[in-house]
Amino acid sequence: MGETDTNGARKVAAEARDRVRFEEEALALSDQVYRVARRLVSTREEAEDLVQETYARAFRSWRSFTPGTNLRAWLLRILTNLNIDRGRRKQRAPDEQPLEEGDYFLYNRLEQATRDGNVDEERVVERLSQDDIVGALSVVPHDFRDVVVLVDIGDFTYQDAAQILDIPIGTVMSRLHRGRRILKRELADRATGGS
Amino acid sequence: MAGYEIDPCVKCEEAMQPYLDRVLSDAERHEAEEHLATCSHCAKRYRFEESLRVFVRKCCDEQMPPELKQKLASLRTPL
Repeated sequence: MGETDTNGARKVAAEARDRVRFEEEALALSDQVYRVARRLVSTREEAEDLVQETYARAFRSWRSFTPGTNLRAWLLRILTNLNIDRGRRKQRAPDEQPLEEGDYFLYNRLEQATRDGNVDEERVVERLSQDDIVGALSVVPHDFRDVVVLVDIGDFTYQDAAQILDIPIGTVMSRLHRGRRILKRELADRATGGS
Repeated sequence: MAGYEIDPCVKCEEAMQPYLDRVLSDAERHEAEEHLATCSHCAKRYRFEESLRVFVRKCCDEQMPPELKQKLASLRTPL
């Protein structure tokens, strides 16, 4: 075998190794990717499709990932782009309803709804069910929900969320603020039977 | 500015989300903590918010179906 052939073979082997490592690292993150996907879309089937498409695309374009950077954020960026491309977000107009002033609002409402008014704050949350949480989150309009899901469920930083969604960090902060308020308004309605 | 003070509870309420997100400056965080140490009204609401966040995360911890995991593995480039 000539020297060029040997170099070529080495290069191919090295690339295969890098690719295998990339694929393994990406697969190890799939539970976390799925958890975020599940809350970005309405049904389990949609979430499964979206995650599959994401991995198919990620495995095809693995060379465009820069080793040492945040792979989970890179995967979520593919996923959110696919989600937008599929037109799943052309839904209702942005939430224009006035929001309750203040961040203590949900606690205050739950406290008022408790007869003796003297509640253990760590147990107030038990007045909410899993269905309340999932249902309330699903009605938060997409632009706001994307950010809330990435930060509060996906545990991404503001900076990561900004890169994933390709929006300025200030927009992440304002959407997060509004999204959390909308979520709490919905939770208050569910837990205390309408406003 | 003598005589002009923002209600410390209102200020503390505004600091809650950035506090829990850990994006306050040291000085801002210190100020919030000082208030929380003496104000049970705000301290209760901070604890509630923290447990709400944990609860939301727990409620959204849906396991990926095992079949999907297998499908993803099958998308890998064959060696």
